[in-house]
Amino acid sequence: MTILAFFLWSLAKVAVVTVVMLMGIAYTVLLERKLVGRIQNRWGPSRVGPFGLLQPLVDGAKSFLKEDLIPTAVYRPLYLLAPIISLGCALIAIAVIPFGAPGMGPHGFDLFEISNINVGLLVILGITSIGVYGIALAGWSSNNKYSLLGSLRSSAQLISYELALGLSLVGVVLRAGSLNLRTIVEQQSAYGFFSWNIFGGGQTLAFFIYLMAAFAETNRSPFDLPEAESELTGGYHTEYSSMKFAMFFMAEYGNMINVGCVATLLFLGGWTNPFGEMHLQSTLINVMMPLVWFVLKVLLFLCLYVWVRGTLPRFRYDQLMNFGWRYLLPLAILNIVATSLWLAWR
Amino acid sequence: MHLILFFLFAGFCLAGAINLLLQTHPINSALSLIVVMTSLAVLYLLLGAEFLAIAQIIVYSGAVMVLFTFVVMLLNAGREERTLGSRAAARVGFPAVVVIFAVLATIVLHMQGIGSAHFGQGLSNAPGQSNLELLSQVLFHELLLPFEVTSVLILIAILGAVALAHVEGSKIPESGRTAEK
Repeated sequence: MTILAFFLWSLAKVAVVTVVMLMGIAYTVLLERKLVGRIQNRWGPSRVGPFGLLQPLVDGAKSFLKEDLIPTAVYRPLYLLAPIISLGCALIAIAVIPFGAPGMGPHGFDLFEISNINVGLLVILGITSIGVYGIALAGWSSNNKYSLLGSLRSSAQLISYELALGLSLVGVVLRAGSLNLRTIVEQQSAYGFFSWNIFGGGQTLAFFIYLMAAFAETNRSPFDLPEAESELTGGYHTEYSSMKFAMFFMAEYGNMINVGCVATLLFLGGWTNPFGEMHLQSTLINVMMPLVWFVLKVLLFLCLYVWVRGTLPRFRYDQLMNFGWRYLLPLAILNIVATSLWLAWR
Repeated sequence: MHLILFFLFAGFCLAGAINLLLQTHPINSALSLIVVMTSLAVLYLLLGAEFLAIAQIIVYSGAVMVLFTFVVMLLNAGREERTLGSRAAARVGFPAVVVIFAVLATIVLHMQGIGSAHFGQGLSNAPGQSNLELLSQVLFHELLLPFEVTSVLILIAILGAVALAHVEGSKIPESGRTAEK
């Protein structure tokens, strides 16, 4: 495969994945509004299109057409940079996530992953740690005390829970012996869901630690302190309007999707069939089924997100910090020790 | 290709470093430092040290610099002022930097064995062996004792910081205790 062909294929993959990701973000918002609506015994958006399916498009048009207000006292360069960092980091992380069976394109080219990196998991963690700047800078540059308080809360929360999040993944990495996301998935593919890390792999505790840390990492309820409207009006994005606010909003949902993808890859067997290998005659089905399983698993995870948001009340700030440092972190370390001992004695 | 990327990111790195010195507002300096760190990570990546590159981003660009920006935000530090001392430091500093850089460059160029990595090549000689494995071999076999001693040292430093931040004799209520973190 020549360099030009490689470049063109990669460009096509990036374009397709970006469009799918943006549509995914838009429809995750709709999914959330519909599901929360049903949880609260109302319909949710139902007027635009059949079942309200065109609602995201109308919402997008609305945020484009709104007046873009920039308050006079803000520090302009950083105020403008912050939403770009947020959304950029949310969209970049998808680049290392494999969402289908390996090597489906011509010449064994990976059709279902933008780039196969042997430290893929660390790349995702690295991008997440850069994403903190979007929120931190947004709060500071807005020159508003509520924004600053919100962003301080958020950054403290992100840094605290990043530890538990990273440590909860170590058990999985130990079992797979690799940081490559494809290797981690293939290691769980032997016996359907019995060999998934969450069940047969014995990483159940790690999964729940990851789940809780991930809720905190994406600023979602019950850990949505940074935008607690009863205390901070809107948190770090109080001073943002129009498309800049929409960028923060999209970044939040993009991060939700990323977290769902990582959980699927590390704990739920990625694109593999939960009922074991099935080899059918049709090539098309063999290509599409992994994709379908992957999307289904991520969708399941997103529904869990919405379910939790619809049912659980918000934590208090000191409870949040206590929980992260006193319970999640020691439990994650315990999980690492237990996994290492098991692997050493096996 | 590697050469183009090298010059691009070396340029970013230098521009960030110069901007860091020229900016008068601390937050701009901190952000320039992030640019420097991240460009360095790309240079590591070009040399085939992918683990080191990502560790650089997670540890330096992510964790350390977030704390820097935190401090700048919390202290609400204003613009720097040019004083007599800072002008004098600039006069003496630039020649001193040139001298140190020259000495370092001479030493590095004359030493054998340093700078043996090449663009686009892995650090390991054995094919299929990632440098993560090589690194853990070195850290957990050959340098196990220093590694563990360092981790104990860091633990002691953390405990020391907590002890210093903890005001003697003050009963911290349950809700305020999180501030120690």
